[in-house]
Amino acid sequence: MTPSRRSALYTGAEIAAPLLVIAAIFVFTNTAGGFYFPPFQDVLIAFQQNWLFARIGSDLVPSVVRMLTGFIVAIIVGIALGLLLGKVAWLRRQAGPIVEFLRAVPPPALLPFTIIAIGVDSTAKVALIAFVCVWPILLNTMDGIAGIEPTLRNTDRVYRIRPWDHLVHVELRAASPQIFAGIRTALPLAIILMVISEMVAATNGVGYFIVQAQRSFALADMWSGILLLGLLGYLLNLVFSGIERFALGWHHASHAAAS
Amino acid sequence: MLTLEGVSKRYGDPTTGTLAVQDLTFTIEEGQIVTMVGPSGCGKTTVLKLMAGLLRPTSGRISVDGSPVTGPPEQIALVFQDYANSLYPWMRVADNVAFPLRRLKLPKSEVSQRVQRTLEAVGLRGMGEKYPWQLSGGMQQRVAIARGLAYQPRILLMDEPFGALDAQTRADLEDLVFQVREEFGITVVFVTHDIDESVYLADSILIMGPRPTFIDERLEVDLPAPRDQLETKQQPEFARLRSVVWRNIKESSLVMSTGAVRTET
Repeated sequence: MTPSRRSALYTGAEIAAPLLVIAAIFVFTNTAGGFYFPPFQDVLIAFQQNWLFARIGSDLVPSVVRMLTGFIVAIIVGIALGLLLGKVAWLRRQAGPIVEFLRAVPPPALLPFTIIAIGVDSTAKVALIAFVCVWPILLNTMDGIAGIEPTLRNTDRVYRIRPWDHLVHVELRAASPQIFAGIRTALPLAIILMVISEMVAATNGVGYFIVQAQRSFALADMWSGILLLGLLGYLLNLVFSGIERFALGWHHASHAAAS
Repeated sequence: MLTLEGVSKRYGDPTTGTLAVQDLTFTIEEGQIVTMVGPSGCGKTTVLKLMAGLLRPTSGRISVDGSPVTGPPEQIALVFQDYANSLYPWMRVADNVAFPLRRLKLPKSEVSQRVQRTLEAVGLRGMGEKYPWQLSGGMQQRVAIARGLAYQPRILLMDEPFGALDAQTRADLEDLVFQVREEFGITVVFVTHDIDESVYLADSILIMGPRPTFIDERLEVDLPAPRDQLETKQQPEFARLRSVVWRNIKESSLVMSTGAVRTET
């Protein structure tokens, strides 16, 4: 088989596979679905009624704003603390066990605490998302910074690179592959916590909507919410991958060149 | 212009720590190429780091043009052996060369002129838009040399810069050292463990003894210029200097491996 024919075949399969799955869902829900799996066309209609675009402003936007705020706070705090711990070896040794412990706490277990301490408003959800997402970013940044070759630092010292230039253009860039790995780990956590916190205590948001739909046995609505979350996660991942490809192009290309 | 007076370096505790360098005194004259040669592990790199201001001596004085070295001096650039970890892989070649110049806030035209000129001098004309990892090892080390030159130092320190390269590339880059000395009028201090290289490049050879490092012997080299990889190395004087260095290092290695006490001869 010629390479061009093979690649055409792969592309075809890539498009055909999801279509086949969707077709299978159609068939299943219409023939054997029953009450819990309403016909897929009903779910699509519910999706159109709810999310194009009636509840975008009232439920989706608040959810996404909470998630992104918590996520961005986690990125800023995680990189800042990771930088500090990465550069100061004794502090890293002191903080190591504490960080590992806090990271190991299952995130939803903190929900009751945040409800009592901060309440049920958006701040509590943002705080929870930030608190959980910060650890992978912090740990990866710390490892990245601590793993920078001494030669690179000595180079900057010899050339008397200004501290700010050294930090921004050298330390953070050298550690950026690890920093991005941390952010990549944190992204699904942010989405999960957004949904869970909205399911437990909220007055709006996609998670709240799904629980409300379930409680009123509006299963098509419920499924439309789940479908939306899947699409949202897929889209966010796509955006993140784009940013990563742009920022780490040198890293991937240099590794490809080395192998 | 670069002077060391009674320089010692102890790692760890200033009185009981490991003595790495003991009582070094020598001067490097303007415009010279001075090679420092010694058995591997003898602390040559420590001496170079002291000169570059990356390490502070425990005692003694290092000065450039009479002013004491307390941190990396402006007049000094350093080319590392480990070029892959010394260049910035996320920057293009031209940006690598220009990065140390940011601090100087030069006009853009001046920066690009310096980058052009130094890249051309090291034989990398038109390579500015490439990334370092797109180049061979020898070319990457040329980028590091160009970066050092663009900084316009008066002294270029080179720490076993060609140690990781193959013989042919190495020979080409050795000749490049003569060429940039000529073109930029700089002084070169060149650390190596390669005996041929130490003789071929040198106006003056500092032979280092085993730890704690000291200057075993200083040889002045009177080989005619311009040097040539074939002709220079065939001269009887080259062979004589080579054997002096060789014998010296052989003795030092023996001392290091057996722990024998060195006897004055």
